[in-house]
Amino acid sequence: MKALRNYLDKIKPNFEEGGKFHAFHSVFDGFETFLFVPNRTSKLGTHIHDSIDSKRIMSIVVIALIPALLFGMYNVGYQHFTHTGAQGGFSEMFAYGFLAVLPKLIVSYVVGLGIEFVIAQWKKEEIQEGFLVSGILIPMIVPVDCPLWILAVATAFAVIFAKEVFGGTGMNVFNVALVTRAFLFFAYPAKMSGDAVWVSGESIFGLGKSVDGLTAATSLGMASTATAPNGYPAFSWDMVTGLIPGSIGETSVIAILLGAALLLITGIASWKTMFSVFVGGAFMAIVFNTIGPDTAMANMPWYEHLALGGFCFGAVFMATDPVTAARTETGKYIYGFLIGSMAIIIRVLNPGYPEGMMLAILLMNIFAPLIDYCVVQGNISRREKRVTKSNN
Amino acid sequence: MKPLFYNSMANVIKLRKGLDINLKGKATEEYFLVKEPGFYTLVPDDFPGVTPKVVVKEQEYVMAGGPLFVDKNHPELKFVSPVGGVVTSVERGERRKVMSITVQATEEQNYVEFGAKKVSELSADAVKAALLEAGLFTFIKQRPYDVIADPNITPKAIFISAFDSSPLAPSFEFALKGEEVNFQTGLDALAKMAKTYLGISVKQSATALTQAKNVTVTAFDGPHPAGNVGIQIHQLSPVNKGETVWTIGAEEVIFIGRLFNTGRIDLTRTVAVTGSEVLKPAYCKLAVGALLTNVFAGNVTEDKELRYISGNVLTGKRISPNQYLGAFHNQLTVIPEGTEVHEMAGWIMPRFNQFSVNRSYFSWLLDLFGKRAYVLDARIKGGERHMIMSHEYDKVLPMDILPEFLLKAIIAGDIDRMEQLGIYEVAPEDFALCEFVCSSKVPVQRIVREGLDGLREEMC
Repeated sequence: MKALRNYLDKIKPNFEEGGKFHAFHSVFDGFETFLFVPNRTSKLGTHIHDSIDSKRIMSIVVIALIPALLFGMYNVGYQHFTHTGAQGGFSEMFAYGFLAVLPKLIVSYVVGLGIEFVIAQWKKEEIQEGFLVSGILIPMIVPVDCPLWILAVATAFAVIFAKEVFGGTGMNVFNVALVTRAFLFFAYPAKMSGDAVWVSGESIFGLGKSVDGLTAATSLGMASTATAPNGYPAFSWDMVTGLIPGSIGETSVIAILLGAALLLITGIASWKTMFSVFVGGAFMAIVFNTIGPDTAMANMPWYEHLALGGFCFGAVFMATDPVTAARTETGKYIYGFLIGSMAIIIRVLNPGYPEGMMLAILLMNIFAPLIDYCVVQGNISRREKRVTKSNN
Repeated sequence: MKPLFYNSMANVIKLRKGLDINLKGKATEEYFLVKEPGFYTLVPDDFPGVTPKVVVKEQEYVMAGGPLFVDKNHPELKFVSPVGGVVTSVERGERRKVMSITVQATEEQNYVEFGAKKVSELSADAVKAALLEAGLFTFIKQRPYDVIADPNITPKAIFISAFDSSPLAPSFEFALKGEEVNFQTGLDALAKMAKTYLGISVKQSATALTQAKNVTVTAFDGPHPAGNVGIQIHQLSPVNKGETVWTIGAEEVIFIGRLFNTGRIDLTRTVAVTGSEVLKPAYCKLAVGALLTNVFAGNVTEDKELRYISGNVLTGKRISPNQYLGAFHNQLTVIPEGTEVHEMAGWIMPRFNQFSVNRSYFSWLLDLFGKRAYVLDARIKGGERHMIMSHEYDKVLPMDILPEFLLKAIIAGDIDRMEQLGIYEVAPEDFALCEFVCSSKVPVQRIVREGLDGLREEMC
C-alpha cells in the first residue's frame, strides 16, 4: 500500500500541467482517487466533511445490482440449457451465462467510461462516477441476444446525447441506461423484442448447444399476443425466482429485492419513490382487472404484473435514480405512483409493446421537474400567505 | 428529569431535523490562565457588509473604546479598540483593501469613559446612540443579508440565542456565571429598541436565562442547528420581504450590560479552546481580537500538521496559531489537517472510525452501542460534483425552506425565485450542516453568502 502510494506520488508530476502525460490527467486523477481518498483539505466553508462521496454512493448501487446480475448470468445459462435440451449442471449453466453476459458488461463499460474519460479531460474536470452504475445497468436490461456492436452504438449515443450534452452526471434529464435501451428498442426493434432474442441459441466455447431459429416468448409477450381473455400465463414461482426468459437482470424478483434491501438500509434510494411505484402499479392493475378491457393483459392479476417484466427492476434501480427522479419529498410519492400506473397502462392499452416500464420511467423523467415545480410552488405560496397574515 | 421550566413560563419548541456531530475535545468547565497576549487585531472582514475607513494612524495611541475604523457608508458605525495601546500596523491588501489593524496593549489601560447609565431611564434612541458611541452596535447583525445592522432601520424584533449547538460549542451558562447582572442589563437595553426574543435550550436551567426579564423566552429542544439564531427566528417570527430583524450573540449582550453598568467597554469573552488536538480543552478569558500565540503554545499535539480555527468546525475561520481571535468568536478549535492521510479505497472500505450520516458507512451500527466521539480532519474526502442526491440538505435544516431549490436559484442568479424561496430568512451558518453532509461536496455556505451579497447589491 505504501509502495503503491509512493509510486503514484512518483508518477504524478507526469500528469500535471506541463508533464508529458498531461493529456491523461483526468484518467490518472480518476484512478488515484479510486485508490486513495483524496487528501485535499477544505479551503473555505466547513472545516470538516462527512465521509460520504459520490464514489461511495455509486459503489453501493453497483453492489446492490450484483445479486441480480449473478442471477441473470445463471438464468441465461438455465434458459439456454432448458430450451436447447443441452446437458449441463449448475456450474455449466452459470459458466455459459457468465461468458454470454461478460462481453456486454465489458463493452458497456469500455465504451461509456472511454467517452467519460475523453470528455472529462476535454472539459478539464474530474471523472464523474455516474457511469459506474449506468455501465452495469445497461447489459442487465437488454436481451441476451443483443449484438455487441449495437450495444456499443447505443451506449455511446446515450452517454453523449442523454448525459454529456446536458452537463454530465447530476445534470441529465433522462436516465442514461434507459435511454440506451430506448435507443436500441426503436432503432433495432428486431434485436430487442419478439420471440427470438430472449434465449441464446449459440454455444459458447463448447458450452451448450447451437440450435437454429430458437424462439421463446417472455411471459408478458405471451400475454400481449394471447387471444383468449384469460390467456395470460398462470402465475408461477418461477416468475418470482426469475427462471423465465427476459432481459438479463430483470427476471428475479428475489435478487432484485436483495438489492432493494441494501439500497433502502443505506438510504441511498428513496423508499418513497420505490414504494409508490409498486403502489401505483398494483393500483392500476386492479383498476384494469375490474373495469378494464377484456384482454389477457388487462385480466392479469396485479401481483403477476408486478413480478413480470422489468417492473421490479425499474422500480428499484431506475425510478430511484436521484438525478432524474423528482427531488422533493412529496414529489417522490407522485412521481413513483405515476410511473407504476403508467407502466401498467402502457402494458394493457398499447398494442405494440408488451412492456411499459421503460417508457413509463422515461415519460416521468420529463414530468419530474413539473412535479417538483408544483411542490416548490406550494412552499412559495405558504411563504406568501405568511406575509399577508402578518400584514393584517 | 424534566427541567423545571417545562411547566413554567417558557414555551418549548421541539425541532427534529438537524445533526449533532460528536467530536473529541470538548472543553471541560474550568479556566486556564493565558499569559497576556499583548497584541490585539481587528479584521474588517469579520464584519460582513462593512466597507472600512481607517481613522487612526500607525503609532497613534488609542484608549480602550476608541475607534479604529468606521464604515464608509455609515460613519456612525465605529469599530473600537478592545484595549488601550499603540496602533502598530494597518495592513492593506490588494487595491489598498484594509486587511487588519493591530494595537499593542500598553501596561496601563486607559478607557474611554462613556458614563454608566440606568437603562430603565433611557429612550430607545438614547440606547442606540450609546451603543453606536461605544462601538458595540457593530456586534448587532441584521437579517436580511446577514450583515452588520443598518442603524437607520428600525427592526421588527431582536433575537438572541443563548446557546450554541454546533460541534464542541462553548457553554453559555458557564460563561454567564458572575455576569448575570450585566446580561440582564444588556437584555433591558435591547428590549428598549425592539421586541426582544431570547432563545434558550431546554437543557439550560440558569435562572438568568429561564427567568430573564423584558424579553420573550423560548426554549428549543433538538439537535444542531437548534441553537442558530436563524432557526429560532424562523420558528418564532420569520423574516418576510421588507422586514428587518436584528440578531446579537449572547456574550455580546454581556458587553452591552457592562457598558451601561460601568460606563466602559470590556470586550472580554469566555473562550472555549476545543478540538481533538488540544491537550487540555478548557476555557480561558480573552478579549476580542487577542493574539492567540500564548493560547496554543504547549497546548496542542505536535506530531502532525494541524488546522487552527477561530470559531467552530462548521462556520469558523481558518487561522494560523499566530493570528487573532475573530471578532464574533468565543471558541477556538484545533483539528488534524489530514493532508498526510492516504486512506486506501475509501469507496468500499468499512471506515468504522469515519463519521457519516449516510448509512453506507456502518459506523451507525457501532454508534447504537453508545455515542462515540470522533476525530475528524479537514479533508473534503471526495470530489466536487453537481448535486446528485436529493433530500440530503432537508434533513439537517429545520426550516420550511427548500434548501436545494434555494441554492439552485442562487446559482442561477434568479432574484425573484430567491425571494420566493426565502433567502431573506437565511444566513450562511444555517446551511453549514448542509455543506457538511453534502455527498457532492458543494460549497453551500459560499453560495449562500454570494447570493446574499448579490441581492444586497441589487436592492440597496
